[in-house]
Amino acid sequence: MEKEIIGKAFVLGDNIDTDQIIPAEHLVYSLNDADESKKYGHFALSGVPFEQSGLPEGKIAFINGERNDSDYKVIVGGANFGCGSSREHAPFALEKAGVKAVVAESYARIFFRNAVDGGFIVPYETKEKINNKIKTNDEIVINLVENKLVNKTSGESFELKPLGDILPIIEAGNIFEYARKSGLMNE
Amino acid sequence: MGMTITEKILAKAAKREFVEPGENIWLNVDVLMTHDVCGPPTIDIWKREFGKEAKIWDKDKLVIFPDHYIFTKNPQANRNVDLLREFANEYGIKNYYDVGTDRYKGVCHIALAEEGYNLPGTVLFGTDSHTCTSGAFGMFSTGVGNTDAAFILGTGKIWEKVPASLKFTFNGKMPNYLTAKDLILKILGDITTDGGTYKALEFDGDAIFSLPMEERMTLTNMAIEVGAMNGIIAADKVTEEYVKARTDKKYELYQSDEDAKYVKKFSYDVSQLEPSVAKPHSPDNYSTVKDVVGTKLTKCYVGSCTGGKLPDFISAAKIIAGKEVKVPTFIVPGSVNIARQLKEEKINGETLYNIFEKAGCTIAEASCAACLGGPADTVGRATDGEVIISTTNRNFPGRMGSKKSAVYLASPLSVAASSVTGVITDPREFL
Repeated sequence: MEKEIIGKAFVLGDNIDTDQIIPAEHLVYSLNDADESKKYGHFALSGVPFEQSGLPEGKIAFINGERNDSDYKVIVGGANFGCGSSREHAPFALEKAGVKAVVAESYARIFFRNAVDGGFIVPYETKEKINNKIKTNDEIVINLVENKLVNKTSGESFELKPLGDILPIIEAGNIFEYARKSGLMNE
Repeated sequence: MGMTITEKILAKAAKREFVEPGENIWLNVDVLMTHDVCGPPTIDIWKREFGKEAKIWDKDKLVIFPDHYIFTKNPQANRNVDLLREFANEYGIKNYYDVGTDRYKGVCHIALAEEGYNLPGTVLFGTDSHTCTSGAFGMFSTGVGNTDAAFILGTGKIWEKVPASLKFTFNGKMPNYLTAKDLILKILGDITTDGGTYKALEFDGDAIFSLPMEERMTLTNMAIEVGAMNGIIAADKVTEEYVKARTDKKYELYQSDEDAKYVKKFSYDVSQLEPSVAKPHSPDNYSTVKDVVGTKLTKCYVGSCTGGKLPDFISAAKIIAGKEVKVPTFIVPGSVNIARQLKEEKINGETLYNIFEKAGCTIAEASCAACLGGPADTVGRATDGEVIISTTNRNFPGRMGSKKSAVYLASPLSVAASSVTGVITDPREFL
């Protein structure tokens, strides 16, 4: 596991559901085919209404033009991030786009499990609401050892909730690697 | 110390005497359900992780319903169904319900009930957030992603955090202008889309136990919309009758203890509740129908695992009978079985099918259809600028196909009343 995640922030509002992360019409592509699965990166966050895409100003494209990856490595969200459907394609799409971590006030259960068990992105919870304190394009450093987010652009820093029970799964890579290490797969 | 029904079922599945909320436990899974959207990637992960010799933990416990993108020309969507078919053939999965055959069933959550997979006291996981629907049968059921499903496919086990429970008691006699949909929309308005995150929603009260299984399923179906892990209703005579008519498999009845602990208890008198809607763009954007009456519509939609069951169509037909719809209105049965019932069930001597057809409705084949947008050629899919009232479960931006559309969620009675006027209409005007 990396000790630091460094990148630009892309800021979103509350209740970013899985249809906004990856609209259902795109769920037809293979997640297994290296070339075809790039489409998930291309369409990541394409369901977010444009006015709310990249707060506070909005109308900022997460993916530019024909690209399959984003300039943004850190998503900053509000409450209930990833609510809605069970599609694992959602954290997968964010990973394909190059996102390393999501930092939000709270998560919907299935998205959170998928992010961790599939080893796609690190879902950090914040101790306070921060999507109104960080602006899209701010330079962010997340320290995974100290559970701290530093906004290099504003100089502000925020404490993140420790990853707790899920840390060993994130460190192992995914639920299968974790289960192998703990002997759960050999039973 | 007492346990809730959810805690008791999870304790049994973990081979424990006692569990309490917050504990992470390993569960033995009774049934794993998947479909055409999440099945193929689940199988890919299972093969990747368990290797060429990968074995399914128990073939009889795997159930596969293609249902999401069925009637489409989209080549990748059709490829997903082909992948399921090949997998079922290769591994001899008898619980595979193929498209284009007389085994095809329709929407997974309804088909699980109809085919006798929902059994009180058991544990069911599925690769769909609305898997919580099965909780109407006094069982634990919840949705997971592809990775967790692949883990279950290979091991029959999964970890889960025991949820704390919220209790919702509905007392009184259900008025004829209310359906289960109105009750769950009221709950959503009261506790919001994350008010139940990681919790169990337990429904209780004489109004609940007066409902048929299909209506109970509408309540547990939308437990996920408040973020809940599961929704649950203790099994009673109605449940047992429904189950016994479909399977002779064994089941176990559980009740919450008198001294079971709840995070919070809510109580409602159904006679005081109003027909409800969730306004755009969130299922918790509650309003009474009365307060949005007159909103101009472009489309009405009755369908999905939430609002596409027989009682939903009976409710709609009661209002639509003898009238003409004023805006395009889609009737999408949740299952092939329900589609057949539309041609059998009658109101004043006329079948529901004929009532809808004469009124000018578009009657589609059983599938998930436009509830979740889907490929461009999906029947009833939302287009830019549309204003829709629908019996489905979600109205986040873009859910029905266009993020420039506005979707109101409501009961089949409210949708039907609106379809014959072209504007949002209180069903009491017709009852």
